Amino acid sequence: MFVFAALVVALVVAAVVSQFAVDSPDGLERVAEDTGIVGQASPVEGSIFSDYAVKGLENPGLSLAIAGIVGALVTLSVGYGLIVALRRRRDNPA
Amino acid sequence: MHAPDGFLNAGTAAATGVVSLGVLAATLRNIGTTLKERQAPLAGVVAAFVFAAQMFNFPVAAGTSGHLLGGALAAVLLGPALGSVVVTVVVVVQALVFADGGLTALGYNIINMAIVTAFGGYGAYWLFRKMMPANRGGIIGATGLAAGVSVVLSAMAFSLEWLFGATAPVAFDKVFGAMVSFHALIGIGEGVISALAVSAVLAARPDLVYGAQISP
Repeated sequence: MFVFAALVVALVVAAVVSQFAVDSPDGLERVAEDTGIVGQASPVEGSIFSDYAVKGLENPGLSLAIAGIVGALVTLSVGYGLIVALRRRRDNPA
Repeated sequence: MHAPDGFLNAGTAAATGVVSLGVLAATLRNIGTTLKERQAPLAGVVAAFVFAAQMFNFPVAAGTSGHLLGGALAAVLLGPALGSVVVTVVVVVQALVFADGGLTALGYNIINMAIVTAFGGYGAYWLFRKMMPANRGGIIGATGLAAGVSVVLSAMAFSLEWLFGATAPVAFDKVFGAMVSFHALIGIGEGVISALAVSAVLAARPDLVYGAQISP
């Protein structure tokens, strides 16, 4: 029950609280910009969810919310699945 | 703290890749012996929360923002080993799915955001616990302070990597100074969020807080 509530909190943060994120660069980006290091960045190959937006979805708020929810659920699944797999390996050493 | 590809040279990317893989492998092997069944859902949910919280950039100075890293919080909730694995999952998903952080940069991004924060943060947590009263407030206070420290440690780790892997003519001390200054501010936010989060878990399910089971 607690875990379920915590998941709901995570999804709300991903979909709603994220809407209030400020646009300014984070600490590392800011330092990179100030020092010129930023020029070294290589371009990234985009995916459908690059930069926390849904490619092709016009509404920025909805785009961010969906990307956030997808990301939260993906990390939830990978995190949970990894631990389950580890436990299975522990219980059934091959 | 998500560095894109290219900030550090190839040798450093490779070396940090090897180091982070090594630490992860050792950590996963170690976790295998101590894992409890009930930790799987909590690990998943902490991963989801850290991912979500990292989407919320808060202002720290004019023209600069910060966001939660989450390693210290994950360590207090799950233990440093499992905590580092959980944040690693977040960092990898962010790089692969959201193009947040580079791919060749994964080695140093994992070290800085998952390994240093979880292990360094937990070490700091243990030290702060010694100085604090042995009650719930002490756990919360120690978590907050340790989380703040973990962000600065993370910034220092990047600066150290810059010392070896610089790709631009920018002096180490300049990078170090700037990184630590901004991340000291970001650490305040990290401390507040982490303290609030751990106090919520303590209120509901104190048995789920790894860091509450120890008494330094």
